[in-house]
Amino acid sequence: MGIELFIVALLGFMLLASLIAVEAKDLLSAVISVGAAGFALSVIDLLLGAPDLAITQVVVEVIALVLLVRVVLRRDDTSVTEPRDALRTATALLAGGIILAVTFFAIGGMGAVRGERTPGTIPAFGEPKFVQADAEPRPVSADYVAKAAEETGAANAVMAVLLDYRAYDTLGEATVIFVSVLGAYVILRRVGRRKSEAKEDEA
Amino acid sequence: MNGTPEHEGMTLVVRSTARLITGFIAVFGVYVALTGHVSPGGGFAGGVILAAAAVLVVLAFGRRAASALVTERTCHTWDAAGAMGFLVVAVLGYFVGGFFVNFLPVGRLHELVSGGMIPLANLAILVKVGAGLAGAFLALAAWRRLGPAAGRTEV
Repeated sequence: MGIELFIVALLGFMLLASLIAVEAKDLLSAVISVGAAGFALSVIDLLLGAPDLAITQVVVEVIALVLLVRVVLRRDDTSVTEPRDALRTATALLAGGIILAVTFFAIGGMGAVRGERTPGTIPAFGEPKFVQADAEPRPVSADYVAKAAEETGAANAVMAVLLDYRAYDTLGEATVIFVSVLGAYVILRRVGRRKSEAKEDEA
Repeated sequence: MNGTPEHEGMTLVVRSTARLITGFIAVFGVYVALTGHVSPGGGFAGGVILAAAAVLVVLAFGRRAASALVTERTCHTWDAAGAMGFLVVAVLGYFVGGFFVNFLPVGRLHELVSGGMIPLANLAILVKVGAGLAGAFLALAAWRRLGPAAGRTEV
């Protein structure tokens, strides 16, 4: 129970940091708040026994923070424009409704109200996550943990899943990174932009 | 034009510290990736650490001085090479059965050379993510200024 209490406290901290990030007038403060939320998430990863995830989260957070601070500091104008009040209220109501609906169906809809477990919904806290969609839920993760070392020779079961059992997923993930970096190059490249802006200046 | 001039590196303190620790950061990134199958870590985390070393060099010494080590061209090349390497590892599985089939002997547990193709895939992802993120940093933060006068400097 102690660890769960600590996690809930960290989640509250993340919520607070996110709210500050959204509401802050100064862009630099918002960026730092986002960073604080990310580091709290990495601590949660560690508490839940996911060191691989925690390492990745910390390093990504560091580099993202450096990059965002760098970009923000280079901008001349660091203030944000406020959207109109009616729009804000509508957006907040819509977001709240979506969160409630998704949570309701994720925990099993009306079945959860009657006290039944529906297959394919969120399992209880700490239970294995790879549950097949059949009527009889059979955790695949138990097989992974039992056989990973013998079948793949990797002592780190996480890597055995990521790069052996589920390597296809990792390929898709790598493709996503590749395409997004490519998009950054295309949007921010210098050569094409100069020509078009030269035309704009002439006009 | 107006505003901040081209970034030309930081103070002597930052430069000296960067000169001391950049190598260690890069080596740690490679270590995290290469031992991903025996301890927590992996190619993605290692790649990000490697990219962080490149970011430190660019920030500390300025873009012009750092171009001896990191340029957008090298980032493009290694990014593509890493992606191709990962695909090659995947396709090599066809020799024993199919896409992404582990084609190397499994080896002994807890040894550096074990896990079949997993270290190779980690190495490819290390190169891919490291070069990709360093390139994205160059593109986002160092190529040109953002903001109202974006793209209008150095004409």
